[in-house]
Amino acid sequence: MNRFAELLDRLVLTPSRNGKLTLLTDYFRSVEDPDRGLALAAITGDLHIAAVKPAMLRMLVTERMDPVLFGYSYDYVGDLAETVSLVWPQTSGNIPNREPTLGEVVARLQAASRSDGPKVLAGLLDSAGISARFAIIKLVTGGLRIGVSARLAKQALADFGKVDIAEIEELWHGLSPPYTALFAWLEGKAEKPRNTALALFRPVMLSNPVGNGDLEKLDPADYAAEWKWDGIRVQAVAEGGIRRLYSRTGDDVSGAFPDLAEAMHFSATLDGELLVGDPREATGTFSDLQQRLNRKTVTPKMQQQYPAFMRCYDLLQVGAEDLRALSFRERRGRLEAFVGTLDPSRFDLSPFVDFTDWQTLEELRRVPPHPIIEGVMLKRWDSAYVAGRPKGPWFKWKRDPHTVDAVLMYAQRGHGKRSSFYSDYTFGVWTGAEGEEELVPVGKAYFGFTDEELKQIDKYVRDNTIERFGPVRSVRADRDNGLVLEVAFEGLNRSTRHKSGVAMRFPRISRLRWDKPANEADRIETLQALLDR
Amino acid sequence: MRASDLLHPRPEGLYCPPGDFFIDPVRPVNRALITHGHSDHARSGHRSVLATRQTLDIMGLRYGEDFAGTTQAAQLGETIVLNSVSVSFHPAGHVLGSAQIAVEHQGTRIVASGDYKRQRDATCAPFEPIPCDVFITEATFGLPVFRHPPDTEEIARLLKSAAQFPERSHLVGAYALGKAQRVMRLLRDAGYDRPLYIHGALAKLSEYYQSQGIDLGQLEPATVESGGKDDFTGAIVVGPPSAFADRWARRFPDPISCFASGWMRIRQRAKQGGVELPLIISDHADWDELTATIKETGAEEIWVTHGREEALVRWCELEGIAARPLHLVGYEDEGD
Repeated sequence: MNRFAELLDRLVLTPSRNGKLTLLTDYFRSVEDPDRGLALAAITGDLHIAAVKPAMLRMLVTERMDPVLFGYSYDYVGDLAETVSLVWPQTSGNIPNREPTLGEVVARLQAASRSDGPKVLAGLLDSAGISARFAIIKLVTGGLRIGVSARLAKQALADFGKVDIAEIEELWHGLSPPYTALFAWLEGKAEKPRNTALALFRPVMLSNPVGNGDLEKLDPADYAAEWKWDGIRVQAVAEGGIRRLYSRTGDDVSGAFPDLAEAMHFSATLDGELLVGDPREATGTFSDLQQRLNRKTVTPKMQQQYPAFMRCYDLLQVGAEDLRALSFRERRGRLEAFVGTLDPSRFDLSPFVDFTDWQTLEELRRVPPHPIIEGVMLKRWDSAYVAGRPKGPWFKWKRDPHTVDAVLMYAQRGHGKRSSFYSDYTFGVWTGAEGEEELVPVGKAYFGFTDEELKQIDKYVRDNTIERFGPVRSVRADRDNGLVLEVAFEGLNRSTRHKSGVAMRFPRISRLRWDKPANEADRIETLQALLDR
Repeated sequence: MRASDLLHPRPEGLYCPPGDFFIDPVRPVNRALITHGHSDHARSGHRSVLATRQTLDIMGLRYGEDFAGTTQAAQLGETIVLNSVSVSFHPAGHVLGSAQIAVEHQGTRIVASGDYKRQRDATCAPFEPIPCDVFITEATFGLPVFRHPPDTEEIARLLKSAAQFPERSHLVGAYALGKAQRVMRLLRDAGYDRPLYIHGALAKLSEYYQSQGIDLGQLEPATVESGGKDDFTGAIVVGPPSAFADRWARRFPDPISCFASGWMRIRQRAKQGGVELPLIISDHADWDELTATIKETGAEEIWVTHGREEALVRWCELEGIAARPLHLVGYEDEGD
């Protein structure tokens, strides 16, 4: 249990992706089955343990210690799981010879009935040290929140076994904890596990951005063009009565879109974009789509107001026939016929964009016909459907980003290589009536600048600090003083969480405007106009 | 005599009227008794100072030789009479030279412990419980959440990380007096025999520790002289925590910031400070040590100072021990 607890502690404080991967692969290498597989399941969210409510946890601990001292402790720490793990009384009578393993902990928790769950939990906490207690509580209260996505865990598995992540993704949904066969294969001790489960994920084909000079080398006649829809790339798989919607990284998102899953009366694998609205009438905007994202439960009203549908890009499998090796032209022909058989309120076909030369397409790309289009996709007519991001067959050609001139307001120190640099910037735009203008924060960005520019901004921050809060500095920013940053972003969402009412998507610093006076930076109305389009 | 007539707080610090001296005063006074060399306890400018030899040496290193009018070195365990008040110094286990001060007059004995800890520390003499009527305890970590793990486990985690990330450097933030030398000594005891790189602020004190027979192994200044960043690939660098936020830290390749402190017990503290590898190593007593020590001294009354007084006072109440907070001003948590 301690090794798992230590892994969690390290992961949550390690900001760099590579650092996290090293910690995970080292863990997989040094820990045996079934513990490593159970840890993996805990991280990917595939470990099912009956939840213990916070109130129960609080009751367990206050039965064992003075409630006033617990109150002081909880007030100070602020996190219930952490407080309980620290204050849990450890009397000499209950220290066992050794701590339980992760496997033992999981087995005991899973075997516990609803009524004796709290007792089992208390027994486990008695037998564990501080770090292990924290990990146990995290397991039973759900949600590790350690900043590791399922995708990153799969990448770590791929690194560990020196295989392509697509192989892991393709296997994943046919496997279950503790993944013993998977680890045996990755260690070269056994054959690759054979998949016998139904409705499995097929690793998705991705595109490369169009780079400078790329198009000049390409013949427009070799490529089809489609709009690039800014919804959620999904894969709809139905087989033998099982229906699943997968995200492009292979996470099962069916639960969030029961309305769409319900309409999957077929036996096939479709690739497409999940959007909201009625495809026969109107496609919803990104703000509409947002209503359906990151929700635990979807009310019928929500489903009615923002119905989910799928705009189909590709057909990978029909019945037992795998189409992925066929050319895009052939697959597209099959797709058109196939979509014609589906519920038109839930499925439609991604339309082609007609063009004969790159110049025409360039003009179309700049002014797309719908706000949720973020550019065009180019697909070679003869391309097979292959996992990953091969260079050449598919390109994405995005609309130019929006830009805004904003003023630097706060700067925060970075991590790792950047731990001595103020590298995370919060910036704002002007609001308020003339003569009473003030800055309102509209976003945060931590890349887009060169190392040299980083040094310059860092110096500016240090020379113009007006207040410090831990790792954050408040920077002088008023009508007469301030550093103007040109910020590029992909889109804007309404936000009730931010004072400004807007949230930027994918903001980054595109230029430092040392030349521009702070009072000439943009006003909030400029951004609001984008929202209303 | 009433204990509060023997010692009570004044704006300058804890004052003993019959003996006419202060313990760890925060402002210049006529006669000061100093428990240890951390700057919030040991200030310069007193007319006369009584402290252990090592504390006097440390004050000399920090403030210059003329830090006080006159100085007198107290031998541990030796009784010195000041205006009919008997005082004696006893090891506190906090940092090199640190001492508790026992003050006795007309049959009443008060022990002012200063800062102390009970975990073993190879860089200073271990704490000795002194029976007394009133025990003045610190409460820096006076909450049941503070439970320090064995320091050897924390050092093992540092060494494990150094092995896991050999291409990066590990920057260990540790206060210049005490913690830094303890961390270095722990590394040596764990078998780490490569040179340790230190920030300039640590040089004089570390040299002093070495001169007192505390072997810290080979220490090198963390300066870029010959090459560049590659000099520190895989290195362990020790410096004051403030230096790591500073431009000074840029000479190190993709550093992992570590911080050796009892505060690192709280995850949010580590997160806020941008610490990637918290090392829970403290020179202050944790909750279990505080409560065990209070019982050990057998004191009838406990005065609780600098830290989280309320929780420790509450615990004393539950145990049936008289306790009250002693409001002293001017102590920060330097040293952790």
